[in-house]
Amino acid sequence: MNKKIRVVHYLNQFFAQIGAEEKGDAGPGVKEGPIGPGRALQQALGENGKVVASIFCGDNYFAENQDEAIDVLLRFAAERKPDLLIAGPAFESGRYGVACGAICQAAQQKLRIAAVAGMDEDNVGAGLHRKSIYIVNSGPTIARMVPTLQRMATLGLKLAQNQPIGKPDEEGYLSRGVKRNEFAAKPPAERAVDMLLAKLRGDEFKSEIAPPKFAGSKPAAPLGDLSRAVIALVTDGGLVPEGNPDKIEPGRPTRFTTIPIADVNTLDADKYDAVHSGYDTAFTNQDPNRLVPLDVMRELEHEGKFAKLHEFVHSTGGAHAAVDNATRIGQEIAQRLKTAGVTGVILTST
Amino acid sequence: MIPVAKEVGSLRAIASGGIVSPTGNPELPQEKEKQFRRELVLRALKTLQQEV
Repeated sequence: MNKKIRVVHYLNQFFAQIGAEEKGDAGPGVKEGPIGPGRALQQALGENGKVVASIFCGDNYFAENQDEAIDVLLRFAAERKPDLLIAGPAFESGRYGVACGAICQAAQQKLRIAAVAGMDEDNVGAGLHRKSIYIVNSGPTIARMVPTLQRMATLGLKLAQNQPIGKPDEEGYLSRGVKRNEFAAKPPAERAVDMLLAKLRGDEFKSEIAPPKFAGSKPAAPLGDLSRAVIALVTDGGLVPEGNPDKIEPGRPTRFTTIPIADVNTLDADKYDAVHSGYDTAFTNQDPNRLVPLDVMRELEHEGKFAKLHEFVHSTGGAHAAVDNATRIGQEIAQRLKTAGVTGVILTST
Repeated sequence: MIPVAKEVGSLRAIASGGIVSPTGNPELPQEKEKQFRRELVLRALKTLQQEV
């Protein structure tokens, strides 16, 4: 009979039931026992484990004070003498996913305990952390909360008990890029021909090599003399003219809006809004220059710090963006800017 | 969110005023906040001139 595994569960402000986006700046906290999704986690652990405490933090606070937040949260965790940290699942929420990944990585390194995070495979946190921690693929929406927690619990218990871990698709975690030798029944040439025949027949086959997800991009050459530079302002923070005439979406964007600013010297609160479901837009609605720094860019242009400010701001609401759509939106904006002779871009991101 | 920018290949990235006010700081008085924004933008312009 194994001893009962002591589990600490990490949640963001939303799942810890503190509040929604407006509480994103809540600092680290701890409560004994499970909260919110922690109850389903406890059920999944059954007799083998116990959620001894829940630690939590606002997503914005974590993103802006990462080192300090991790220190405090790990101290809360360490005081409960855990064997395992479970983080999330964060689904497609980017800041939450990054936080789950970072806290798991820190728990492994500093507390030397097992850790499992849960999030969608397209979550930016998965890209950042999948090689160093175990991440269970939750899919993008909360619909898979319970099955995800069950997989996280099973995997976490195995890790904490030092049991052998199976392949990614058997256990439901994202491939960590680890290569392990194993005996195959057929040599590579025969396996490759089998796959090719299956492909030609239209049957299912599984490649042994996963293609990379991010194509990567070559950074542009640095701007030399700014006196000839044409600078454009772009944002993923959802700036729109009053009424949102292009009807850009506040999340899961499929398009962007083009805002004329040739005769505008500052972004007045009564003429512009921010439309974005991923952050609290109160401050940027109060003064949209906090999102797109038009007022100071105009002044710097008049002072001759650079040649010209481009006459349009391009904007999209970048919350929960699918990688394919985001790539296309970026390419379309870049194409327009290049055609217009823009030489540099300042992109403000929320 | 600098690690996120770098992860997707955006190498010229500087820390902003925060997620809810990238080019502002609502805690500062208006003039100081504008000064903060001006300095941030000047840093961004300098970053555009740097080799990465």
